[in-house]
Amino acid sequence: MHLGYSNERGVFDEMVDANGVLRPHWKTFGGFLNQCGTEDFKARSEDVQRLLRDHGVTYNVYEDASGTSRPWSLDILPFIVSQDDFKAVQAGLDQRGRLLNAILQDVYGPQRLLRDGLLPPGLVYANPGYLRPVLGVNPSGGRFVFTFGCDLVRDATGRWQVLADRAQAPSGHGYALENRIIMANVHAEEFNASKIRRLASYYETKREMLRSLSPRHRPGEAGILMLTPGPFSETYFEHAFQARYLGFPLVEGADLTVRDRHLHLKTLEGLRRVDVVIRHVDDVYCDPLELNADSLLGTAGLLEAWRNGGIALANGLGAGVVETPALHPFMPGLCRHLLGEELMLPCVPTWWCGQRRELDLVLADPDRWVVKPAFVRGARDPVFLADLDSEQKARMLDTIRAAPHEWVAQEVLELSTAPTWTGSRIEPRSLVWRAFAIAQGGGFITMPGGLARVSPEPHRWLVTMRSGGISKDTWVVGDGAPDPFYENLKKQQTVVIRPARPPSGVPSRVADHLFWFGRYAERLETATRVLRAVMQRLAGERSQVQGHEVDGCVSLMAYLGLVPAGTENALEHLPALLTDPRRPGSIPDLLGRLRYNAAAARDRLSDDMWRLVNRLERDARLPAGAFLLSSAQGVLDNLILDLAAIAGMQQENMTRGHGWRFLELGRRIERACGVLELTGAATQCCEQDDSLLTPLLEICDSTMTYRRLHFARPSLAPTLDLLLLNDINPRSVIHQLQILGRLSAQLPQVPGTSTIPTPRQQTDSLLSDLSAVHLDSPARDAAGIAVIIPQICARLVKELEKLSDIITEHFFSHASRNPE
Amino acid sequence: MRYRIIHRTTYTYESPVTVGHYIARLEPRSLPFQECPWHEISIRPVPMQRAEREDSFGNTCVYFEIEGSHQKLEVIARSLVEVLPAEGIDPSETPAWEMVRDACRADHASPASLAGELAFSSQLIPTGAVFADYARSSFPARRPVLEAVCDLNRRIFEDFIFDPAATDFATPVELVLKKRRGVCQDFAQVMIACLRSLGLPARYVSGYLETLPPPGQVKLVGADASHAWVSVYCGEVVGWVDADPTNNILPSDRHVTVAWGRDFGDVSPLRGVTIGAGEQRLQVAVDVLPEGE
Repeated sequence: MHLGYSNERGVFDEMVDANGVLRPHWKTFGGFLNQCGTEDFKARSEDVQRLLRDHGVTYNVYEDASGTSRPWSLDILPFIVSQDDFKAVQAGLDQRGRLLNAILQDVYGPQRLLRDGLLPPGLVYANPGYLRPVLGVNPSGGRFVFTFGCDLVRDATGRWQVLADRAQAPSGHGYALENRIIMANVHAEEFNASKIRRLASYYETKREMLRSLSPRHRPGEAGILMLTPGPFSETYFEHAFQARYLGFPLVEGADLTVRDRHLHLKTLEGLRRVDVVIRHVDDVYCDPLELNADSLLGTAGLLEAWRNGGIALANGLGAGVVETPALHPFMPGLCRHLLGEELMLPCVPTWWCGQRRELDLVLADPDRWVVKPAFVRGARDPVFLADLDSEQKARMLDTIRAAPHEWVAQEVLELSTAPTWTGSRIEPRSLVWRAFAIAQGGGFITMPGGLARVSPEPHRWLVTMRSGGISKDTWVVGDGAPDPFYENLKKQQTVVIRPARPPSGVPSRVADHLFWFGRYAERLETATRVLRAVMQRLAGERSQVQGHEVDGCVSLMAYLGLVPAGTENALEHLPALLTDPRRPGSIPDLLGRLRYNAAAARDRLSDDMWRLVNRLERDARLPAGAFLLSSAQGVLDNLILDLAAIAGMQQENMTRGHGWRFLELGRRIERACGVLELTGAATQCCEQDDSLLTPLLEICDSTMTYRRLHFARPSLAPTLDLLLLNDINPRSVIHQLQILGRLSAQLPQVPGTSTIPTPRQQTDSLLSDLSAVHLDSPARDAAGIAVIIPQICARLVKELEKLSDIITEHFFSHASRNPE
Repeated sequence: MRYRIIHRTTYTYESPVTVGHYIARLEPRSLPFQECPWHEISIRPVPMQRAEREDSFGNTCVYFEIEGSHQKLEVIARSLVEVLPAEGIDPSETPAWEMVRDACRADHASPASLAGELAFSSQLIPTGAVFADYARSSFPARRPVLEAVCDLNRRIFEDFIFDPAATDFATPVELVLKKRRGVCQDFAQVMIACLRSLGLPARYVSGYLETLPPPGQVKLVGADASHAWVSVYCGEVVGWVDADPTNNILPSDRHVTVAWGRDFGDVSPLRGVTIGAGEQRLQVAVDVLPEGE
């Protein structure tokens, strides 16, 4: 059945029972599977890939030598959870959340559990997750954990067990939502027919919960931020995605500062108080003053601000101490003692070697065990002792004996399997379900979904995204009753919201990235146009005129630094300029910079804009094989269209806030510089030969305008007039300066100093410099122009770079921090 | 003994600092054998915020923020301290070191297993076979723990050369053990690594030591320095006993205790994070003046 799916491994299978019969909650989707042929799967699989690409869903892998991000991998088959299973898990996670908080309150408070012998002291003291500076902190509401994740696995009898807890900054919330968006799209009919529970109300609860955490009572105005380690973090995609979905600004540690023991966001308009931080930065990196001093991801004084009670942290610092699997054997006792309840969701049976008896048990019969580090997550993969040869095994056991408290042992697990599409058929693969819960009232509610992962290969036990796992959307079967969230929405009275225009609150760093996003977009366009101009002339029928023009273009390229001076044969440099990311100024180099800056300001860009950035990257790839001028030209044509689309999206769809303004500033400065550099270089060459003017007009996208005005072959003075001084030409320098003048008048007010003028003063002086240029003065013959214009161009470029520095100095300057 | 102590720390920054966040641990602890009747810290420029609390080891720490462009930070701690001579403990009367080790490793809670907090490796002080091997000859089977500790204290004193040029504050402990050179901080960390590698709790103690000028000379102002030594857990009856491997002595009333923790990272006298400092220069001057001179 189902393209030959069978429960071949004799373990619990999520879809079929031991007799190969479809489980009841798979009925609807199973019906669809039965109708589907291989071709349907392939088509839908392609749809998934396309959507993942378009949405730019990635997972960054540190170990990856190329340092690039890996596309997210999503199976087209969902993992379906029955109502009964979900109810049990929901109750179990509610209890677990309360239990984790109770343990944390004690460990960072009176430490009765240690004194009363319910927790071995070594389990806490040797645990690097135990943060001594947190001792005595009383977080607002008394809670450390507001949202957590649990990796669940099913044993052979079909019972769910906890494999791991994620209590600091659990990742996966955003990926789970993104998976759902894609799956609901690809399987729209089956999804709607299956009465699957929606995720929206869970996220709405999360949003409300975070709002309610604000220590200051300022409904609707609380400063709530999402803290990320930045674009190089493994899961940056979901930080940006969630920030946008929940509507909270995404910030990095350097965007924040502690003043008067309160946390503030550095915005273009000054400091703004912060009330709630949703952190995606691990405990020890959050504060270089009191935690890891080498951390560049945190904010000095964050812990003091938290201790002082001015902010709520979701989750609280130090929560990492309960993530250790060494805690598992103690959970039933802790649950009884702290909550007076029996533990509902059991943990995977675990032995902590920090205890004498447990250590002896492991050493006595090593082959029974899988051992893994107790405290440092991901430090190394679990080791199957039975798989080691005798020498390796002896070494491993010595390692354990030397520091037994650093190890836990578990019996080899037989994980349940779930049907997974391999590209040609459906196979059973081992499954881990990361379920999520968030605080609500005194307890926790569970996301009706989650992030399921299956092993990348059959017969493999290890299931992590880091090691190439495949994710699955998790569908929880509902009873078809209307979602209370939507019901409430209907019943809710309309709240009167007065129209407001609060300060933008754009973090300075984000403005900085947007500014450079603008600059690199223009720089990329100039480089693309120059290359295209060269290639068209190389590829076309080579008339003598074009031959001259090629030489001229090559000297322009040399002037821009794209090829070394004195290059004779441009052709040999072209492949590298189109493909080598290490070559400064090459297309991939500029593209990488553009993308980096866009990614770092991701939460300020719309999904469509982001899609365009992703498309740009895709379109820039040359087809594999030998370098062909024709296909390279095709690539360049597409890039120009993509860049135009980005510019159009910026002009037509982006809010005219400070973010937009800085993007625009960067764009205009760069475009003016590009035109000035090209014009200066071309004028210099014009002394001998004016064949450069045609490509120059072409690169500056002004050919049509010139023709309409002059109906003649380009000559020097009119060309210069059109490119420098004619303000009806949107590519002219004067046009850029006029826009810069208007923009700088709208920037946040900054005091000018004797050494640094304001952006406005600088643009005014640029405009007056340019207006002093006269091309029609009879005293100036062609030779005179050829001398003076390059000088003027060079000076203006210098002044524009100064404007860029002034903007940096006034608005972005967030110098690096130096730990002492 | 009664001492007046002045501890002056100056940071000079290459470029102006706009904001700085600091934590100081400069107040001598109050202990059964030590009292600190008077203590004050003055800070220039004057901080916007200042908050005092006790850290998890009971050390007093002062958090402060400095806002506004500055190129120099000066922190002066002045203290008056009274120290009593240490009670004489007969090393041969202390329990066998293995007993102390096993009590601290117990799965269940006891005063010894709570002291066991300091038997694990820490960020700056690793544990391992190299340290255990070095320590082994001082720790034959069933030797009274303090006797063994005194022997280890003496061996580090004899085997290691005091050489300020050999190490800096970031030199790893393994390297110090290999080079057999360093300063008080290095010797203390080596000794702690040895003790912990055998399973004994040991803590890092920072403070001051009264130094005596060479005979016939006047004591120079600012000639003293911060000092560091070790405290070892010797079982429930005896408790913690200090040992100073730099001088091969068990400290008495010439050592003034300021703070203790797992390693230097827990007791750093002045820790700070500044924005925009560029290169920086640190100067420290300490005076330990016996009262009445």
